[in-house]
Amino acid sequence: MNKQPKVITGRREFIGKSAAATGGAIAIASGVTLFQVGQASARPADESVSNKVRWGMLVDSNKCADGCNDCVTACETENAWGSGSSDEQQSGASQKAQWIRTVTLKNNLTGSEHQLPMMCQHCEEPPCVDVCPTGASFKRADGIVLVDKHICIGCRYCMMACPYKARSFIHEELTNQNPDVPRGKGTVESCTMCVHKIDRGDGNTACAEACSKAGHNAIIFGDLNDPESNLSKELKQQASTQIRADLNLNTGVRYRGI
Amino acid sequence: MKPAIHYSTVEGRSLAYWGLLGFLSFVLLLGLGATWVMEHNGHHVTGMNNHVIWGMPHVFAVFMIIAASGILNVASIGSVFGRKMYKPLGRLSALLAFAFLAGGLMVLMLDLGRPDRLVIAATYLNPKSVFAWNILLYPGFFLAVLVYVWFMMERRMNKYSHQAGLFAFIWRLLLTTGTGSIFGFIVARQGYDAAIMAPMFIIMSFGFGLAIYILTLMAAYRWTGRELGDSVLRTLKNLLGVFVAAIFYFVFVFHLTSLYGTENHGIERFILMEGGIYTQMFWIGWVIIGMLLPMAIVYHPSMGKSRNWIGIASAMVIVGGLASMYVIIIGGQAYPMPIFPGYEASSSFLDGQVAQYAPSIWEIGLGLGGVALALVMTTFAIKVLPFLPNSLEDALVDPHHKPAPVEAEATAG
Repeated sequence: MNKQPKVITGRREFIGKSAAATGGAIAIASGVTLFQVGQASARPADESVSNKVRWGMLVDSNKCADGCNDCVTACETENAWGSGSSDEQQSGASQKAQWIRTVTLKNNLTGSEHQLPMMCQHCEEPPCVDVCPTGASFKRADGIVLVDKHICIGCRYCMMACPYKARSFIHEELTNQNPDVPRGKGTVESCTMCVHKIDRGDGNTACAEACSKAGHNAIIFGDLNDPESNLSKELKQQASTQIRADLNLNTGVRYRGI
Repeated sequence: MKPAIHYSTVEGRSLAYWGLLGFLSFVLLLGLGATWVMEHNGHHVTGMNNHVIWGMPHVFAVFMIIAASGILNVASIGSVFGRKMYKPLGRLSALLAFAFLAGGLMVLMLDLGRPDRLVIAATYLNPKSVFAWNILLYPGFFLAVLVYVWFMMERRMNKYSHQAGLFAFIWRLLLTTGTGSIFGFIVARQGYDAAIMAPMFIIMSFGFGLAIYILTLMAAYRWTGRELGDSVLRTLKNLLGVFVAAIFYFVFVFHLTSLYGTENHGIERFILMEGGIYTQMFWIGWVIIGMLLPMAIVYHPSMGKSRNWIGIASAMVIVGGLASMYVIIIGGQAYPMPIFPGYEASSSFLDGQVAQYAPSIWEIGLGLGGVALALVMTTFAIKVLPFLPNSLEDALVDPHHKPAPVEAEATAG
């Protein structure tokens, strides 16, 4: 447990020295100047990310409405990929990035169907971080798993290792990006748990906001370490599960109804 | 007392030599051109996608990297295990090993999304990454082989060549363990997650490497008009048969183990029965062309004596090797990951579906470019340094050679 924050500090120094005012860890995801604008956050900009919090989510697939895709659309708009961007026109359908997707599950025995959103599970022991040769895949102290686009060499080993198929490779030049959310040709990316929103103090992710707005409340975002958070209370109240719990990765995203 | 082995450079002034070098350099240039297209446009011009993440370049690269370490076996058998007949074969073995690793790495590196950031991979290593271990193992192999070649070539250092050879041998085992573990350690994918991957890759490297060595040796000796004894070739082809049989055993055990558990029935059915191109590659490419036919040829009473057939058998092992890489690397990705056991999953991201992959000409070009680099290096090196013995006739090389009574048997091929 002590090891991870140390690693992150080193990386932060590597990339973000010139951007010390942003609190370093944010600089990993770049968009430095914009973070400076958004300093009215829960965490002061000069304070580093702490492992006192662990951001996570609970997805209740019982509440996930059939055919609803609002979380995906909101993510696309917020993070400027898919329909939220004019990029990736040359990439084929199977080459386009998808940070979050709705998966329809049909029970092999009973035939019952339900759907759920699937994205990076923000593991405590992320296989993508283990296999990354350069340390570009990393986990922040607060549990968010990210890719440092500055040192990703595009080997795609993390995509091979991720048991959730959560990552995408960028197959072409991008021009229409959200400055908050840097992306780049030849590098790998995935759900950032809206790290720029979290660091700004929004206190929620785009997918969870959209789900609430649609009235489903199937996604709850919060601090897993805070017993008083809505997320922790919900998780304590009823059983939930991790996808591929057999791998013992202690995911930050939990599910109900699978 | 047998006369000493003498080595010399090839003359390399003939039109054929320059033609060969020119052709190989041209293929290398085409490969680099293909890379430029891929890197300039991005990987969207390739057949690779977010589901089949590693494509044809990895098939070539991994094949060449494991073959490289296998090629060095020929030298090891001579200086580490003391088999006299193999000693004169050592220099070429080390040269080819070096060249094939270089070719394989070229392909691997030029397929990166950001090859321009290679310096980061070299300077910023994540100690837990199998890839990072490999990044240390590759230069170590180059260095070990360089020292080994030097000790073999420099008379004053000859006495240390056993130690250098032993070090290189151990290092090559580590290297292939590292390569196999790139796949063996991936718990997410059923096609890879197996401890047997590393030893299987080692035995595959023995076979693929020896096949490449035999073909190169035969070509070099035929084209330079040097004598290559039947006995040398017979020893090598018999060894090839043993290695291929060992690969067969490992493949058999790998699939048998996998078949026993119900959880793996899906992927086994995919690879062995219903996987289309992957099933064909497995049975026709790998099992029949890559293993059964070469074994039948090298142990056949008459074909096994024919140089042409030995050459064909070696080529078949190489073709089978490439097919094996295609099945393992691409087949292992095409089959969906078991994210939701017990459910039939579907999504816009191909959950629960077999991923499609068709290699683009650029990927194949890059792969062939890597092969060309290895062969250019070899062709050039034998012209500038004495890698090849003047003669490998049986009387010189085979410690058990008995002069044939008067009329020597005519040699086929």
